Amino acid sequence: MVKNPYKPYPVKIDEIIVETDDRNIRTFHLKFLNPEDEAAFRYFPGQFAEISVPGQGEIPIGIASSPTEKGYLKFTVNKAGKVTTYLHNMKPGDIIGVRGPLGNWYPWDKLEGSNVVIIGGGFAFTTLRSSIVYMLDPENRHKFGNITVVYGARNPGLLLYKEELFAWERRDDIVMHITVDATNDPNWKYNVGFVPAITKEKAPSSENAYAIVCGPPIMIKFTLPVLRELGFAPDRIITSLEMRMKCGIGMCGRCNIGTEYVCKDGPVFTFEQLSRLPNEY
Amino acid sequence: MSWLRLTQEGLTEWLRKFGKTHRLYGPVWTGSYHEFKLLQDPGEIDWNYRNTRLSPKSLFLPPAEKMFVYSLDPNDPERAILKEAPKDFTPRIIVGIRPCDAYALQLVDRNFITSQYQDPWWVNRRENTILVGYGCTDPCSTCFCSSVGSGPFDTRGLDVLVVNVDGGFAISFVSERGKELLRREPLGARALSESEERALQDKMAQAKAAMPKLWDEKAVASRPLLDIFNAPFWEEVQFSCINCGTCTFLCPTCWCFDIQDEVWKERGCRVRLWDSCMFPLFTLHASGHNPRSQKLQRVRQRFMHKLKYYVDKYGDGVACVGCGRCVQFCPVNIDIREVMRLMVSHCQCAL
Repeated sequence: MVKNPYKPYPVKIDEIIVETDDRNIRTFHLKFLNPEDEAAFRYFPGQFAEISVPGQGEIPIGIASSPTEKGYLKFTVNKAGKVTTYLHNMKPGDIIGVRGPLGNWYPWDKLEGSNVVIIGGGFAFTTLRSSIVYMLDPENRHKFGNITVVYGARNPGLLLYKEELFAWERRDDIVMHITVDATNDPNWKYNVGFVPAITKEKAPSSENAYAIVCGPPIMIKFTLPVLRELGFAPDRIITSLEMRMKCGIGMCGRCNIGTEYVCKDGPVFTFEQLSRLPNEY
Repeated sequence: MSWLRLTQEGLTEWLRKFGKTHRLYGPVWTGSYHEFKLLQDPGEIDWNYRNTRLSPKSLFLPPAEKMFVYSLDPNDPERAILKEAPKDFTPRIIVGIRPCDAYALQLVDRNFITSQYQDPWWVNRRENTILVGYGCTDPCSTCFCSSVGSGPFDTRGLDVLVVNVDGGFAISFVSERGKELLRREPLGARALSESEERALQDKMAQAKAAMPKLWDEKAVASRPLLDIFNAPFWEEVQFSCINCGTCTFLCPTCWCFDIQDEVWKERGCRVRLWDSCMFPLFTLHASGHNPRSQKLQRVRQRFMHKLKYYVDKYGDGVACVGCGRCVQFCPVNIDIREVMRLMVSHCQCAL
């Protein structure tokens, strides 16, 4: 019998971290029950996995850990519906499943030797975290040029991975522009302003650079013109699409846009590719 | 192609010989329509049938299928571990399948069998099923297989082809697997005489010519996808659609499915179910955003997928075999042949 691509690897919830003040976003650390499953699960930043909650269903979630982080997988999940609500109420020690790695990944072969500009908003930052940790790893840092990050949320309490963000801000091999839309915290020492506005203000150079943009549609809509003005061509602006998914392997048909399956030919696309597809996303 | 000649009784007797080693399926009258059923005896086959209401895709992709089973008992050491549900993949012979439906299975193969992933249930059923096709000497008024690259005697999807002739059948063993059947159980039939062969060829040519030519492959394939996507005629096409999904359920090349978990007390299973792009829920995000919230978007998606996206993706013709089921059963009479005419006319005008 052929290998069954619908069968998840069993994993155990090792740790659950509440990321945001409104408690709607939790990070899960998952450990494989079988070492051979862990060895088979080789992934690149940008990919996702279907988290399988037996009795409830499956959800496609971007992998937030970097492949340089061994021994566990990190997923950051927003409480949005039936499966995510159930998952949020689970405890360390519970057994669930993971199917993957699925989808394509950020074009690391092209990003090597280039400057990388990362722009993220809200809880779309997950695979961007994976990318940053991957690039900053001592084995990898020299492969990339300047790394510039603009990341914002509505207020400080809604930022993901806060401690890591502040630690990166203190490093000299990465330029971090952390921002919030608004805050009444007098101790807030970073930027205040919408992500597109801060991007325009900080004006990262487009010279030999790629931009990876992930966030809510409204953020992307206003960030794209800023990037174009800075000189980024559409084939150098990369994004990751979200779609309702079930099989995750390009068979059930639901995430189909034009000739592409978002789960298999994506979710990573350049804006040049998207310009040739119907805008049904 | 070489043909052998035999009577209906002779064919039925020959099929009976495979009864011990293969499960036999054939078209049977249910009282209101024909359906492919597991046969107790090949004598049950209604050789006068036109086509089944539901396509034989349900024999490979059942409307509901258990994928996995699992326990949710907190005391079970194997709790929450998914186990594959047991299946019967013993050999089958489907008798009397129309060439359009058989070719449709090859079109759907491209979806379920890829270099990266293979659907185990589809693959196993395809590998263990032999297709004995039944050529169409008298196509229905709603058929248009020869317009879309297939034909009433298309052998591409078949292992054996049977055609009505005066006083019985002509039979040809097309594929290796078909020939293997003949090696296993010789037919004891004679070859067609020259005049009989000529009569058969005439009949086949007549049937093929009877169908309208309504698709301009080149014109549509050469237009950019977005050009047809943004064409104004979709407004007219979608107007009367009620998104009932009938077309998707009857269609031999529609394959979309849903995956759901079902739980009873402490036992659960994960099932695969037919789904339809006609339903708004199909693309609804948990956030509430729906890329195809409008009926026009959904109707356009179905036709674009079959007649343009599939062509662009695989470069080998449309994902429609002209079986005519959607034409017959759409409750508001949306006719895919009319949509094709509109698409071709739009593309040809633009040239």
